Amino acid sequence: MDVVIANLPLYLQGFSVTLLLLAVGGVGALVLGTLIAAMRISPIATLRVIATVYTEIIRNTPLTLVVIFCAIILPILGSDLSFLVSGMIALAVYTSPFIAEALRSGINGVPVGQAEAARSLGLGFGLTVSMIVLPQAFRMTIPPLINVFIALTKNTSVVGGVGFVSELFGVGRTLANANGDAVIAILVGIAFFYLIVTVPLGLLATQLERKWVVQR
Amino acid sequence: MTRMRIALVAAAAAATLAFAGCASGGGGEAEESAEPAPTFEAGTTMAALQEAGEITIGTKFDQPLFGLVGPSGDPEGFDVEIGKIIASELGIDEENINWTETVSANREPFIEGGQVDLVVATYTINDKRKEVVSFAGPYYEAGQSILVLADNDDIKSEEDLVGQPVCSVTGSTPAANLKELGAEVLETDTYSNCLEPLRQGDVVAVSTDNVILAGLVAQNEGEFKVVGEPFTEEPYGIGVKLDDTDFRMFINDVLEEAYEDGRYEEAWNSTAGTVLPFADPPAVDRY
Amino acid sequence: MSGASVLFDAPGPKARRLSRIFSVVTAVLVVAGLGWVVATLNAPRESGGITLPGMFDPSRWDIVQDPEMWGFIFSVGVWGTLRAAIVAAVLAIALGIVLSLLRSSTIAWVRIPTAVLIEFFRGMPVLLMMLFILLVAGTGQYWAVVSALAIYNGALIGEALRAGLVALPRGQREAALSVGMRPLQSKMLVEFPQAFRQMLPIIVAQLVVLLKDTSLAYIVGYPELLRVTLNNLGSFYGNRYLFTLWCIAFVLYLAMNLSLSWFARWLSRRTDRRYHPGKAGPRPDDPSQALLLADATAEASESARGPLR
Repeated sequence: MDVVIANLPLYLQGFSVTLLLLAVGGVGALVLGTLIAAMRISPIATLRVIATVYTEIIRNTPLTLVVIFCAIILPILGSDLSFLVSGMIALAVYTSPFIAEALRSGINGVPVGQAEAARSLGLGFGLTVSMIVLPQAFRMTIPPLINVFIALTKNTSVVGGVGFVSELFGVGRTLANANGDAVIAILVGIAFFYLIVTVPLGLLATQLERKWVVQR
Repeated sequence: MTRMRIALVAAAAAATLAFAGCASGGGGEAEESAEPAPTFEAGTTMAALQEAGEITIGTKFDQPLFGLVGPSGDPEGFDVEIGKIIASELGIDEENINWTETVSANREPFIEGGQVDLVVATYTINDKRKEVVSFAGPYYEAGQSILVLADNDDIKSEEDLVGQPVCSVTGSTPAANLKELGAEVLETDTYSNCLEPLRQGDVVAVSTDNVILAGLVAQNEGEFKVVGEPFTEEPYGIGVKLDDTDFRMFINDVLEEAYEDGRYEEAWNSTAGTVLPFADPPAVDRY
Repeated sequence: MSGASVLFDAPGPKARRLSRIFSVVTAVLVVAGLGWVVATLNAPRESGGITLPGMFDPSRWDIVQDPEMWGFIFSVGVWGTLRAAIVAAVLAIALGIVLSLLRSSTIAWVRIPTAVLIEFFRGMPVLLMMLFILLVAGTGQYWAVVSALAIYNGALIGEALRAGLVALPRGQREAALSVGMRPLQSKMLVEFPQAFRQMLPIIVAQLVVLLKDTSLAYIVGYPELLRVTLNNLGSFYGNRYLFTLWCIAFVLYLAMNLSLSWFARWLSRRTDRRYHPGKAGPRPDDPSQALLLADATAEASESARGPLR
């Protein structure tokens, strides 16, 4: 326990990097994921194909490989980003298909009649989606989205594991290497910081989802 | 565990009786086959290992020159040769050595938990580690050094690294040394991951033990160079269970014998010696 | 809302032409983008005063002709991955069964601690669990990897099975009890097999996640596909082959995961037809979403009619 207290500044520093990865990676994933979801329902065939191929590839690739790609191969392509940013990109890319999936399941929850009614009033594709379907889907999308963010929180550890970014897990590994006699305390400390993000989010998701299921 | 040990002790005692009168192991012969089976006092780790007829040695699998596994699946390198010398002194053939990959994070736990009998893995002896494991050796004296791009003339010694971004491996001793020095350390999983950031200019240097850097230079001909003199002392030891003094002293004896009879130099020349000059082995530390 | 077709009109000739033009333009852009990526990767670079060949230069790819390398990748890497994944999958399902039974127990002091435990495991990064088990339990690499994967996925599969149990029509249990079965008999012989079959697609989808997560084992130095390619072979052949080896690892992972994903989807379609004939309800592809939905449905129906006794 003493080790944790003595290294609390390091822990907090790592935790703040984790939160930063989570926040920026999450927003990036939200933007990319929405784009993918939109492409998947668009009337243009090529867009649908691209979105599907992208989803299939990313969802079947381990995050570790994506992180290594962003950290080592992107620079060869001329990117001049810091490793923190490339970590965020990796997380955003990896998470985006899951966001798209969450959105899709939300959109699927909107009764078809809603869209039919909108169309019968003469609204076009854009208006139907943006004014009728999405606002209703949004509420139902919240619990699955929270679910995605929980996974994202845990996935930030992979970025630190591969390295270049000293987030919570990286800090834990460094401390565990340096203090062979207090490994349990150090790792429990690290676990605690992850759990204070993931457990409340998990409870919230189940709560909201439950409410939504009852309403339906 | 206890039950197994008793059985082994009993068996070892029998073996000791059977071989009573034979000369004790080593004795300077280089050929293993002609060597008489060594004898050990019952109850020691040596006796147990000899009786078992096999040994589990932890080493690195991704460390050129020292411990590296290629497509053949067999590890090769200087650490591996040292491991083989120790095993042969226990009367264990090469094919009865189980090689296990140890990474920086699992060396101490593996020794403590008995997953390996000993660790030869570019393993620096230091006081903190001595609290959890015991070290035989050192059998090699490395030192932290600096790798830069071949056309970089700005960095000549460790003083030039202060305030500069430098790459090393997460949680390693070199990384800690660099932080102390005042460099801005970028940590990653393996040293080969450090090379791309070096090419890209994200870091100005990669810094770790000179022997590891020598491997990187050799594999990437003409692209990198090592500069300056080593600025730390990294004595490589052989990790065994804490307070297994008999085993530690036995390994120390084996090392000294190998220094004497040329097996050490031979091991060096056939592995790391292809790239690095031979240096006289350091005196073992019988603490 | 199934079928996006309701969102837009059946396109007329003009719209169709427009859409076709747009399709072609996007396709051209994408191909051009990919071409640029390949060309950039293939451009020789200056580094340290020498010129490095491009990423697709034959000198970086000569290792693919080495049958020994492929033997090593498959016998150590792929096999290491599969060996960990298969055993972890079996253990995860077993653990899931136990957890689901404990979690749906009528005794509060069994049910509640199990629920807390499940929440705890679900909230932990698998990477951290592997490291923890390796360093603290001293199990060795293989079991650290297998048990971390089994615990994490077991917690999720347990939740899925519990949801499956709760979602069964109440009559199943009532009928079983009325023919004289004990509560445990009813659970094991009547309810559980049905719940398992219902939740099979979710479970298999979760196993895809498990397979993918074996790559995290590099952290404890367990020899699986990622470690063998990028670390061992990367160090053996040298840094110049890093990109080549990355591509090999990428393709092999994709092949393994896609096959399992397709199997999961095929299974899902098949069970959907059998158990929900006529109702082509959308089932999320993503196991964690499917799980959330099943979980919430279970809890909602539980609170609506009281826990099953």
